[in-house]
Amino acid sequence: MPETALSFDNVFLTLSGNAGSVEILKGISFDVGKGRTLGLTGPSGSGKSSLLMLAGGLERVTGGVVTAFGEKLTRMNEDELARFRRDHIGIVFQSFHLIPTMTALENVATPLELAGQRDAFDRARAELDAVGLGSRMEHYPSQMSGGEQQRAALARASAARPGILLADEPTGNLDAANGAAIVDLLFGLRDRHGCTLILVTHSAELAERCDRVIGLRDGAIGFDITRNAGE
Amino acid sequence: MRIAAAARIARRELRGGIKGFRILLACLAIGVASVAAVGSVRTSIEQGMAREGASLLGGDAEIEFTYRFADEAETEWMNAAAETVSEVVEFRSMATAGAGGEAARGLTQLKAVDGEYPLYGTVELQPPISLEEALSTRDGLPGAVMHPTLADRLGMVPGDAFSLGTKEFRLSATLEREPDSATAGIGLGPRTIVLSEDLEGTGLITPGSLFSTKYRMILPESADLGALKTEAEDRFRDSGLRWLDSRNASPGVSEFVARVGAFLVLVGLAGLAVGGIGVSAAVKSYLESKTEVIATLKSLGAERGTIFAAYLLQVGAMIAAGIAVGLLIGGILPVAVAPLIEPILPLPADFGIHAGPLAEAALYGALTGSVFALWSLSRTDNISAAALFRDMAESNRSAPSPALLISIAALAAALVACAAALSGIPRLTLWAAGGIAGTLAALAAASYAVRWAAKRIARTGLMRGLTTARLALGSIGGPASEATSVVLSLGLGLSVLATIGQIASNLNNAIAEDLPQNAPSFFFIDIQSDQLSQFQELADGIEGVTEVESAPMLRGIITRINGVPAAEAAGEHWTLQGDRGVTYSNRPPEGTTITEGEWWPEDYSGPPLVSFSDEEARELGLAIGDSLTINILGRDIEAEVSSFRVVDFRNAGIGFILSLNPGALAGAPHTHIATVYADGEAEQEMFRSATSAFPNVTAISVKEGIERVAGVLSSLAAAITYASSATLLTGFVVLIGAAAAGQRARVFESAVLKAVGATRARILAGLAARSAILGAASGLVAIVAGGVAGWAVMTFVMDSGFAFEPVSAVSIVFGGATASLVAGLVFAMGPLNASPSRVLRAKE
Repeated sequence: MPETALSFDNVFLTLSGNAGSVEILKGISFDVGKGRTLGLTGPSGSGKSSLLMLAGGLERVTGGVVTAFGEKLTRMNEDELARFRRDHIGIVFQSFHLIPTMTALENVATPLELAGQRDAFDRARAELDAVGLGSRMEHYPSQMSGGEQQRAALARASAARPGILLADEPTGNLDAANGAAIVDLLFGLRDRHGCTLILVTHSAELAERCDRVIGLRDGAIGFDITRNAGE
Repeated sequence: MRIAAAARIARRELRGGIKGFRILLACLAIGVASVAAVGSVRTSIEQGMAREGASLLGGDAEIEFTYRFADEAETEWMNAAAETVSEVVEFRSMATAGAGGEAARGLTQLKAVDGEYPLYGTVELQPPISLEEALSTRDGLPGAVMHPTLADRLGMVPGDAFSLGTKEFRLSATLEREPDSATAGIGLGPRTIVLSEDLEGTGLITPGSLFSTKYRMILPESADLGALKTEAEDRFRDSGLRWLDSRNASPGVSEFVARVGAFLVLVGLAGLAVGGIGVSAAVKSYLESKTEVIATLKSLGAERGTIFAAYLLQVGAMIAAGIAVGLLIGGILPVAVAPLIEPILPLPADFGIHAGPLAEAALYGALTGSVFALWSLSRTDNISAAALFRDMAESNRSAPSPALLISIAALAAALVACAAALSGIPRLTLWAAGGIAGTLAALAAASYAVRWAAKRIARTGLMRGLTTARLALGSIGGPASEATSVVLSLGLGLSVLATIGQIASNLNNAIAEDLPQNAPSFFFIDIQSDQLSQFQELADGIEGVTEVESAPMLRGIITRINGVPAAEAAGEHWTLQGDRGVTYSNRPPEGTTITEGEWWPEDYSGPPLVSFSDEEARELGLAIGDSLTINILGRDIEAEVSSFRVVDFRNAGIGFILSLNPGALAGAPHTHIATVYADGEAEQEMFRSATSAFPNVTAISVKEGIERVAGVLSSLAAAITYASSATLLTGFVVLIGAAAAGQRARVFESAVLKAVGATRARILAGLAARSAILGAASGLVAIVAGGVAGWAVMTFVMDSGFAFEPVSAVSIVFGGATASLVAGLVFAMGPLNASPSRVLRAKE
C-alpha cells in the first residue's frame, strides 16, 4: 500500500446563494495513494469539480476533513493554502485560465517565481519545450489556439513538480486530436515525475486510463472502481 | 443601417439600468457643472453691474479731470446737459489722530463731496445717521466719516477728533457702505469722506497737488449717452477729460470680471477635457462588457452601422443625461450659495438662473462628450461575431474609420472654435487648447513608452526573483493594460494642477521675494518745492535712512502721437489709459541706461524734448523724432521724442515713463515725490517725523501697497484653485472609473495567482506597485507639461519671469502616485477577497 497523497474524510460542501443553500457534496470519503491516477466522473452538477476545488484548497469544506501529504487543508488559512498549492499542487482547468496580460513563458514561470526559484525562466522554457510550445513562448494567450493554451496551462501546473496534479475536464474545450495530445502529456508527466493525478472527466475513454475511477451522483459516491493493483 | 432597429436595441439595452454609465455621468456632470457655475457667477456680476451702473458710477455719466477742477466752459456745458451735477474731489492724504509722539497716522483715500452726493444709491453709516448730518459742522468741527478699518487703526470711535492736513475734523460715523466704491479699483488706503467746502484750510489742495475731480450727472431720460460722450470729447478734446457712463460704469472692473471669468471657464474646460478621458474610458469599458451582445447581434445579422447607431444612441442619451445633471448643479449652486457670497462680494450681482452660461456649458459638454465618446464607439466595428468563440476583440483592434476620424476632428475643431469665440480671450483659449492637445499627445506617448519599457524590463534578468515587480510590470506592459486610460486621465488632471501650481508659486515669488529686497520703505507725495530741502535734511538726520531719491512730479495724459489721437495711433496701450506721472530733469538720473537717442544738454532751452521708457516705446511703436502731445493741467505740450531709456518698475523705485527737459514745464505748478529707503526702526521714525513736520505730505507704505496687491493676487490664485478643484475631482472620478473597469480582470488574475500559490500580501503588493508606477509616470509627464504651460502663461500672459518651482512639482508627482495608489487599493479588496474557485468556475 503506497503512502497516502490525498484523503477526504466525511467531507460536506454546502454553497449559499441568493436562491438559498445547495448541498453540493454529502459525506465524501476516500484516499488516494502517491503516484496513482484517479478519475472522477458523473453527470453535470454531481459535484466533481467542487470536489477537485476542495482537493486544491480553492474551496473550503463545510464539514469533514481534507488532508494532503499529511497536512489538514481544512485547518489552513487562505495564505497557508496558497503556499501549500505553490509547493505541492498543480491545477489544470477546463478553460485554461492563463493570465491574459502575461506571455506563455511568464505564465509558466510565475509559480516557479512564487516558489523563489532563481532559474524560473529557464525551467519554464524547458517545460514549454516539453509540451511542444518552444516557438510560442512570447505569445500572449489571445494569440494561441485552445490546444496551445491548454498545453501552456499544463506546463504551468507541472513546472514546480507538484506532488498532486489536479485536472478539471482538461479536454472539455478541445477537439479530439488536441484532447488526446493533452491526455498523453498528463499521463506522461505522471509517469516521469511520479505525481498523483486526479482528473475530472466525462470521457469514458479517459477514465479507462486511470488506476481508479470514482463516480459521483448527487454529491455522493455512486461507485468506486479500482482497476490497477497497488491501492 | 436601420435606425428604428438601432433605437429599439438601444432602448432594450438601457432597460438594464445605467450602472455601466455612472463614471460617464459623473465626469460630464462635474465638468459641465463647474463651467456652468463659473459662467453663471460671471453673468450674475455682469448683470448686477449693468443694473447698478448708475449707482456704481454715482451718476448717469461722469467726467473726470486730473489735477484740476472743471473750467467755466466745461461747467457750463455740464449744467446745460444735465439735470443735476455733483462734484467729487479725490486724493490721498494722511489722517492723524492725537498729537505729538502719541499721534497715530494712517493713509486714507480722501473723498470730498458736495451736498448732492450721492446722486444714486445711499451711503450707509454706523451709527445709522444721514450723510448730511454726519458731515455737518458741530461744535466748530466739520464732520467726517471713515471706513471702520482706518478708525480702528487710529484708535478712534465716533465723536473723536482727527486732522487732515492742518485742519481738525470730527469723526461722526463709520462708513459701512459706499454706493460708488466698486469703481475705485485697488485703493492704497481706506476711505474718508468730508464736504468739499471743508477742505479749505487743510493745506491739502494746492497748485501741483495730486488730486482728481469727478463730475457726476443725472441726465434727462431722453439723453443719448453716446451722443453726449461724443459731444463732450469733441468739444473738450485736448483738455484731459475722461468720460464714463452707466453703460459701462467701471470698465476696469468689468474687464477684470470678464477676464477672470474667462480664465476660470478655461480651467473648467481643462477639467471637462479630463472628464472626456473618463467618457472615453467609460464607453470603452461599457462596450467591452457588451462584446458578447454585439457579437451575438452580428451573428444574428445586424449590420455594423446598425450596431454603431444602437450604441451611439445609448451613449448619446447618457451624455445628455450627464449634461442635464451638470446644468442642474451648476445652475442651482450659485443661487444656493448666493446668500453667503453676496455680503463679501464688493460688486452687485443678480444671482439667478442665467440661460446664456448654461447653454454655453451644455454646448461644451455635448461637444467634449461626443469627441471622446466617438473614438471609443468605433470599437463596435472591431467586435466580430467570432468573439463569441474566442477572445478576438483585443487582437483585432484597429483605428476608427476615416469618416469617423473626420467627424471627431470636426467636433474637436468646433469645440475649440466655440470656446475661443465665447471666452472673449481667443488667443489664450487657442493656446490652452494647443496645450491640452499637446499634453494629451505627450501622455499618449508616455503611456506607450511606459508599456513598452514595462514589457521589456519585465523580461530582463533584472526582474529575476522580483516576482511582485515583474507581475506589476507584466500587467502594465501586457495586452488589455489599463496604463493608457490611467496615464491619460490622471496625467491630464495632474498637468492642469501642475500648471496652476507653477503659476501660483511664480506669482507668489514675484511678489514675496523679488520686491522687498530692493524696494523703498515709503513713497512721500505732494512735497511742495519749498519743503524739499527741509524734507531732505530731516531724512538725512535719521540714522538708518540709507537713501532718499526725489523727483518733480506732475500728471499728464498722452493725447496725440504725431498729431493723430493717441488711441488711433497706438491702440489701447496701458500708458494711454488715463493720466501718467511726468517728471523733468536736466540730466539723466544716476544709473540711467539710454538705449537709443541722446539726453538733452544740461543748458538746453529749445523746444520741448521727451525721454520715453524703452519697453513701452517699442510697444507703442514710437521712434526717435516722433512728436507726443501731452496734456498737463489742461495745457497741451508738444514734445519731440529724443531718447529711450530703461525704466525698471520691478524695484518699486521712482520710475517715470515720461521725462521732459525742465524748460518744457517751466512755470507749471507741481509737487515732488520722494522715495525713502530705511532699515527697521528708522522706517517708523521717518514716517512719524515726516508726516508730523509736513501735514500736507502723504506717506505711502510700499510694504502695505505690496501686501494689498499680494492680497488681490492670492484671492485670484484661490479662485483658480477652487475652479481647478473640479478638475481634481473629475480626475479622481476617472481614476476610480479606470480602476473599476479593470476590476474584473484583476479579480480573475488574482484568482489564478492564488491557484498557483500566490499569497494575498504578494497580490496586494503587485496591485499597489502597478498603481504607483502608473501614478508616478503620469506625475512625471505632468511636471514637464505643467512647467512648459506655466512658463508660457508667466512669459506671454503675465509678462513676467518664470522659475521652475520644484516643491509644487514634486508634490504633484507624489499626489498623483498617492491618488492612483488609493484608487488602486480601494479596488484591490475585491480581487483579494474573491474566492478563486467561484471566480474560475464562473469562467468555465
